[in-house]
Amino acid sequence: MKVAVVQSKPRKGDVDANLAELAAIFAQLASAEEPYDLIVTPEAALTGYFLEGAVYERAFVADALARTLAELWRAAPGSARAPVDVVLGFYENAGGTYYNAALYLRIDAAGHEILHVHRKMFLPTYGVFDEERFLSRGRRLQTFETRFGRMAILICEDAWHAIMPTVAAIKGARVLLVPSASPGRGLGAGGELESVLHWRNVLRSYAVEHGVFVIYAGLAGFEGGKGMTGSSTVIDPFGDTLVTAPTLGAHVLSAELDLSDVDVARAGLPLLGDLGAVLPDLLFDTELMPNLTPPGVTP
Amino acid sequence: MMTALPVIEAPRYRPPLLDIDPALTAEWLVAFLRDELIWRRGIHDAVIGLSGGVDSAVVAFLATRALGPAHVHCIRMPYRTSSPDSLADARAVIDALGCASRTIEITDAVDGYLQFEPEADARRRGNVMARTRMLVLFDQSSKLGALPVGTGNKTERLMGYFTWHADDSPPVNPIGDLFKTQVWQLARHLGVPLRVVDKAPSADLEANQTDEGDLGITYLQADRILALILSGRSDDKIVARGFSESDVRLVRGRVDGTHWKRHLPTTAMVSNTAINEFYLRPVDF
Repeated sequence: MKVAVVQSKPRKGDVDANLAELAAIFAQLASAEEPYDLIVTPEAALTGYFLEGAVYERAFVADALARTLAELWRAAPGSARAPVDVVLGFYENAGGTYYNAALYLRIDAAGHEILHVHRKMFLPTYGVFDEERFLSRGRRLQTFETRFGRMAILICEDAWHAIMPTVAAIKGARVLLVPSASPGRGLGAGGELESVLHWRNVLRSYAVEHGVFVIYAGLAGFEGGKGMTGSSTVIDPFGDTLVTAPTLGAHVLSAELDLSDVDVARAGLPLLGDLGAVLPDLLFDTELMPNLTPPGVTP
Repeated sequence: MMTALPVIEAPRYRPPLLDIDPALTAEWLVAFLRDELIWRRGIHDAVIGLSGGVDSAVVAFLATRALGPAHVHCIRMPYRTSSPDSLADARAVIDALGCASRTIEITDAVDGYLQFEPEADARRRGNVMARTRMLVLFDQSSKLGALPVGTGNKTERLMGYFTWHADDSPPVNPIGDLFKTQVWQLARHLGVPLRVVDKAPSADLEANQTDEGDLGITYLQADRILALILSGRSDDKIVARGFSESDVRLVRGRVDGTHWKRHLPTTAMVSNTAINEFYLRPVDF
């Protein structure tokens, strides 16, 4: 599978300009000598991340957005050679309920099909973040079948909770797609922002623990003084970083992934198999239940 | 007989981390200035009020890296009582950078008003000077098609040690989230002339004035206490780390007494579309 990670730097709220930018990137990727199979973009890729109340004016209906993306791809010279899958982060309007979402779209000569829409489950609402003031929470972490095997999408803070990649892997995901928008902070780490370092650590640990590919697409650019830290990366199931982008600026990453490496990695370090055996004991532990809030119940 | 194992003890308290990676910081802030001025606004020039102190010097160095010396306009704005050393120190920065510069005396403008207020005390006179300087910076920016760039640091912002709607008024500020001691670290890395870095910081609104004299605490001590306050530590816990009660009380009092200075004016809300209460749009939308 040949993957491109698009580290975009959108103009705040200017959807037309950002679609034009994406069209140019599609043209670049579609004309590559060897066709790309998968293109992954960051969270809020067409609008920028911090929208506050304007999120309602810049939210997309998934079907309409999918149509727009398919048209953009088909308009790119060379795009008819092979099908392509696109992952794109966007603010979703689902009949008047708004989500921070990402879709997985398959585009080929016959048409296009949304294979999955993931709605962000962990909405950061602390410090600089205010998502739950404006957005609703996704309620399910689903994995989905693609022509390259089963995958899952985790949006930004979704991936800061170790339970999420755990559940995704147990449910069969072999590739974790992580669109993100992470405002950089912490200047004392030595050569790298502390928030970027944290991302690298957690993503790598998930790849190794579960034997999955991790494809992380980070938004770039300053938004009202808050610098989005890019640092897009592709990590293989052994925990090796195959390629990584700088913190600043727009970039495209390119990587060829051998998806059978997932089997090789899991054979060498069968932690996922162990987890499948032990997880029921952990989850159905009666001592755990009183500490959990059932869905729909306010603690 | 077993010998006792050596015990490796964790330090009881970690000191507040004020150390920055200055190269990373400079790179980040230069990118911020380029994004804010050129990429977002299409403005290629900055106007900076150069006082001769380390804050405005650091901003001038960053802006020069971001925009090039011909696009950085450093304005010196002395009042008749300003120290000649300040003017010379600002000159040293301009010479080091080779940026555009101009000296505009504010004496006539300030005295033009203050002649009607002869009993104005030092604080009022200082505020009039600071607000006059802002008037000059905004007008020069308008004339040059440039953007005024702010030079206030996090310490003075938290301590309320600035003139409201004067020093804090430029639309972008690269160093407003850096404590004073961090500005000094950055200054050394950027190569700001040492005479500027090493001198006692002063608002220079009165003769022989120093910031640390005005504030009643050194910047190093204030920054350490501020860092602990901002990370959520109670006064008791801060004192338990060896800071004096009077220092902690002084810093806490200044922060708590000046929250209003870090906000826009308080507006009476009478609708469910009140700006910045219900109607919420980010600054860059």
